[in-house]
Amino acid sequence: MRTRVFLLISIAVAAVVFFGARMVNNDYVFFAGYTVLQFIVLATAWNILGGYTGYVNFGSAAFFAMGAYTTVFFHKAFPMPIPILIAIGGVVSGIVGLGMGYLTLRLRGAFFAIATLALAVVLQTLVVNWDYVGGSRGAYIIRPNEIAWIGPYIQYLFLLMLALVVMSITIARWIERSQLGYGFATIRDDELAAEASGVPTLRLKLVATTISGALMGMAGAPFPYYIGYLQPSSAFGLEYAVNSIAMPMIGGTTSWVGPLIGAILLGSLQQIATVTISSAVNLLIVGLLLVAFVIIAPNGIVGLVQSWVRRREK
Amino acid sequence: MAGALLEVAGLSKRFGGFVALDGIDLAVTAGERVGLIGPNGSGKSTLVNCICGTLTNETGTVRFNGEVVNGLLTHERTRRGMARSFQLPRPFATLTVAENLRVPLLYTVNARPGSSLSPAELDARCAELLQLVALAGKATKLPRDLTQVEMRKLELARAMAAEPKLLIADESMAGLSQSEVDDIVNLLIQLNERGITIILIEHIMRAVMKFSQRLVVLVSGKKIADGMPADVIRDPEVERAYLGQ
Repeated sequence: MRTRVFLLISIAVAAVVFFGARMVNNDYVFFAGYTVLQFIVLATAWNILGGYTGYVNFGSAAFFAMGAYTTVFFHKAFPMPIPILIAIGGVVSGIVGLGMGYLTLRLRGAFFAIATLALAVVLQTLVVNWDYVGGSRGAYIIRPNEIAWIGPYIQYLFLLMLALVVMSITIARWIERSQLGYGFATIRDDELAAEASGVPTLRLKLVATTISGALMGMAGAPFPYYIGYLQPSSAFGLEYAVNSIAMPMIGGTTSWVGPLIGAILLGSLQQIATVTISSAVNLLIVGLLLVAFVIIAPNGIVGLVQSWVRRREK
Repeated sequence: MAGALLEVAGLSKRFGGFVALDGIDLAVTAGERVGLIGPNGSGKSTLVNCICGTLTNETGTVRFNGEVVNGLLTHERTRRGMARSFQLPRPFATLTVAENLRVPLLYTVNARPGSSLSPAELDARCAELLQLVALAGKATKLPRDLTQVEMRKLELARAMAAEPKLLIADESMAGLSQSEVDDIVNLLIQLNERGITIILIEHIMRAVMKFSQRLVVLVSGKKIADGMPADVIRDPEVERAYLGQ
């Protein structure tokens, strides 16, 4: 299937999701749905670096927060419509991703993961001490109640996030089928052999960190409008780092479908748990599922299905 | 030597206090078949790694096709026409056999100026290479489904896919049976007849003697012999290195 066809189909599916949610006519569906959509973008973005090239990034929260705080900064300095803020957040986080890649990509395995964790801590410290964006007190973003054409503001935010989902899975799928995807896979499999086959590994890793970082930043940019009050501990929350790793792992990391399935599954489960049990049980669910999957299905749901199909062919 | 395809001069490499290579000089003319032998730990693979850019040598120069390639990254050297196979096969485990060959076609052949293969041409080229190494029936298999000898053939085919001027085969026959060794030697000679210069690193003397037009011997990081295979193996110094005094 061509990328353009895929894009059209995803837009159609997104439209169905949006109008379906409107039929329910309950704002809570949009509040909960927004979070799930946001995790689809984060998981897909993480997977471009972590799944395709095999570099595990523990600092997803930092990229997400970069996007969110870029919005806070511009909301105060020079108010703009959210779509533009999303683009700016993407650029800022993309640059941070490129910088992180440049500084850390000579590291491999656990050392790279630790370095990304350190990056998150450094950025959080910077934001906590930056008074203009609220420092440790946090910042209020007053969002309008309604918006023209659509109605309730939350529906507008939901729609934006839906657009980001379509964009990120289209990008992920395009990468998978392009020359870039082959290059990323060789980096994951064997960097030495990749270089010997002519793959410019360092350059490709920088491409991956930049795209991945930019998409995470874009997912974070509308967040202040969603939450209304942004403080460093919520923007840099552990749940973003953990979820964006766990969702692709549970869904499967080798294809764009994996993070999508993982995020829908885990994200919905968390939303249900938040309502029925408590919001504190979220990370417990993620932890338990992750342990279970690592033991039973190390290649995630997609891997499970693939090996089943392979067995049937034989 | 004037007109040499590969020219290594005064190349030294040390790991901490250990001198792995000590002032190696080696020239290989275009079209030649050179055997490189030496006891375990004599520095053969280190030399390959320095020539291909996987390791950086402290002193000395590597000149390829008239150009000094010191400081160039491995993929840049590959694009200039140097290819290698690894001692232990290192296939791309999550890609199929055909896709393994597609990678060098996309990233090396297509990266060369004036070359752009269409998707159909890529497929044709992959099929042709698989035919050459008798893996055509396994195109859609993953490397883990291959036997040891097929894995070695894939390794060579992937190096070949980059359309190299120089192919360095690092112990591509270790652990294979006699008939499989003959298979690979014949394949290498066939490739050489197509105009590719080949350096073969090998322990199996039968293969080396059959393949080589010239034999180079490394011992403890030094080159101790370089000449006609029949003369070299009678060299007392070479006998001493292999058999002891």
